[in-house]
Amino acid sequence: MHWNTGYQSEALPLVKRFVEQFRGAETAVVPSSSCVAMMRDHYPKMAAEIGDAALIAEVSQLLPRVFEFSEFLTKRLGLEDVGAYYPHRVTYHASCHGLRNLGLGDGPVRLLKAVRGIDLVELDGLEQCCGFGGTFAVKNADVSSAMLEEKISTVLGTGAEVCTACDNSCLMHIQGALHRQKTGVKTLHLAEILAADEGAGL
Amino acid sequence: MSGSALDPKTAPVFPMAARAAMKDGQLRRNVRHATDMIQAKRARVVAEMPDWQELREAGKQIRQHTMENLDFYLEEFEANCTRAGGVVHWARDAAEAQQIIVGLVKASRSDEVIKIKSMTTEEIQLNSALEAAGIHPYETDLAELIIQLGHDQPSHIVVPALHKNRQQIREIFRREMNLPKLGERPEDLADAARIFLREKFLRVKTGVSGANFLIAETGGVCIVESEGNGRMCLTLPETLITVAGIDKVVPRFADLEVLFQLLPRSATGERMNPYNSIWTGVNASDGPRAFHVVLMDNARTEILADAEGRQTLNCIRCGACQNACPVYRQTGGHAYGSVYAGPIGAILTPQLQEMHHAQSLPYASSLCGACYEVCPVKINIPEVLIHLRNKVVKQNGPLNIEALAMKTMGMIFLSEQRFRAAQRMGRMAEAPLVRRDEKGAGWIGWLPGMLGGWTKARDLQEMPQETFRDWWEKRGTHGS
Ligand code: SF4
Repeated sequence: MHWNTGYQSEALPLVKRFVEQFRGAETAVVPSSSCVAMMRDHYPKMAAEIGDAALIAEVSQLLPRVFEFSEFLTKRLGLEDVGAYYPHRVTYHASCHGLRNLGLGDGPVRLLKAVRGIDLVELDGLEQCCGFGGTFAVKNADVSSAMLEEKISTVLGTGAEVCTACDNSCLMHIQGALHRQKTGVKTLHLAEILAADEGAGL
Repeated sequence: MSGSALDPKTAPVFPMAARAAMKDGQLRRNVRHATDMIQAKRARVVAEMPDWQELREAGKQIRQHTMENLDFYLEEFEANCTRAGGVVHWARDAAEAQQIIVGLVKASRSDEVIKIKSMTTEEIQLNSALEAAGIHPYETDLAELIIQLGHDQPSHIVVPALHKNRQQIREIFRREMNLPKLGERPEDLADAARIFLREKFLRVKTGVSGANFLIAETGGVCIVESEGNGRMCLTLPETLITVAGIDKVVPRFADLEVLFQLLPRSATGERMNPYNSIWTGVNASDGPRAFHVVLMDNARTEILADAEGRQTLNCIRCGACQNACPVYRQTGGHAYGSVYAGPIGAILTPQLQEMHHAQSLPYASSLCGACYEVCPVKINIPEVLIHLRNKVVKQNGPLNIEALAMKTMGMIFLSEQRFRAAQRMGRMAEAPLVRRDEKGAGWIGWLPGMLGGWTKARDLQEMPQETFRDWWEKRGTHGS
């Protein structure tokens, strides 16, 4: 958020903080594609900006161990069927950073397809941004809302009960309008659906 | 939209201009329709190229190499163009370029000029400068003609009248060409324009053009176009004056092999432009007798000096980023307050203004990356946007609400203790705003100040009672 809004000097210490927190981890799994995109696209540059050789080295060692959640399952573990059961109509929103920066491709969809009982409906305009964009949603509220409105109408067009994604910020945004318009459609992170089994009342 | 020129120095900030533009339903339908169509055509002709990504990389390399050696290639162009009989002029800024061109037109003893579509002449508001000097400019590109006759402003760098539909164009032609019976089939409109323009082509002795590329190796100038009006302007007048930004140069003739594949496919979804003209100096047996090139800086050297902003100059003005941009598609081009709209405008305009104006433009993006994905020369527009946001933040200084909030949040993110305390405080602070819905879930439907932008169209769920950390710790680190 700091980096993308232009607050570079406020963002830099956060890189150090991240390395301190996660340097001991075998793998860091992140439930948000935009966070992973931020780390992969900018952390090396930010570490270089700080000019600390040890930090640069640590960042480059740590980054290959950082995975976005669906990527961890499909690419690192080679999984598709995680044994979930979710008998509902679901549509998947491909967040921009997952789609373009991380190249998640059809990984999340393959995971969803393997869920038992699921009725997965493809979203029209899958590659279209939902209009969140961090502080963009506030600074350019009108344009952001108009973009969101389009996303909502395609979600409603699928007749899905649930809209899922790999990015909580998009979901928070989409959910905000789904709730405001009293659509009854809810949003769930992909992990929540993959964690569902017969006993879960999601 | 009024006829007053799009000037970043006086334009309203983007969020305000966007709000106004978005009230125009017709405009939004026109923009949506046109950009959808061009995008679909582009996607088709790009998909048939197995080496598209390699071509993009080659395009990027050519442009990057040129920018890194711009001084060398500009002088090479000047020498070769001069040798071929052209006259090269250098203009520091828009005012100097205007002055030189007005002087050249007057020296050609003409009080009118025919013009080829050129965004550079739009950038320097050449038409107003010519008119102020008693010279009448005639736009000959169909879209530019629509803009000129409609007292309008361009809203797209390739399709300047993209915001107008056919009925609106017919109205403009009926009124301005005095053709009350004009039909509305594309042929009717094209015929009307043809008759209107032909007379100008045959009469006017001086032509003004921009340039797609300046070829250093040969001193040649290149224009690509779809209608053939450009070819008329390049061949019929006695005097031809070309104005080009110094960023338009390419090293070798052979570089066009790459750029001629990238540009038309990206711009109009065509495999090749119907008219590709290259002219080198003057030729005694044909074409203009006098040929001038005005090489204009207008802040480009400033941009070149900025290592992170520099890639902006690689742009070949294809407009693909505009068609792909979800923000542009909502607002159309005029909201950007500059002849350069959309993603390229959001990075180019503030830099052309040397960051003194248009500071809201770097924020006119959700950073979705659709522009970068389609850019034929791989300009990482989101990266440049963030770089420019940084400059804006530095300009604004530390003493404003947003900067203070960012600083505070930065501090909070740095410490677990502070983070947990902030979560507790957040829950307390939000409590008076939270309303329960029928399912008992807490939602916020109104937020104060700047954050109110969120709650105009969206609710916000209250902070969860149990955080992920709480849940994780309760659950124990080694399985449940
Ligand atoms: S930035 Fe790229 S996509 Fe946009 S107009 Fe320039 S070359 Fe085309």
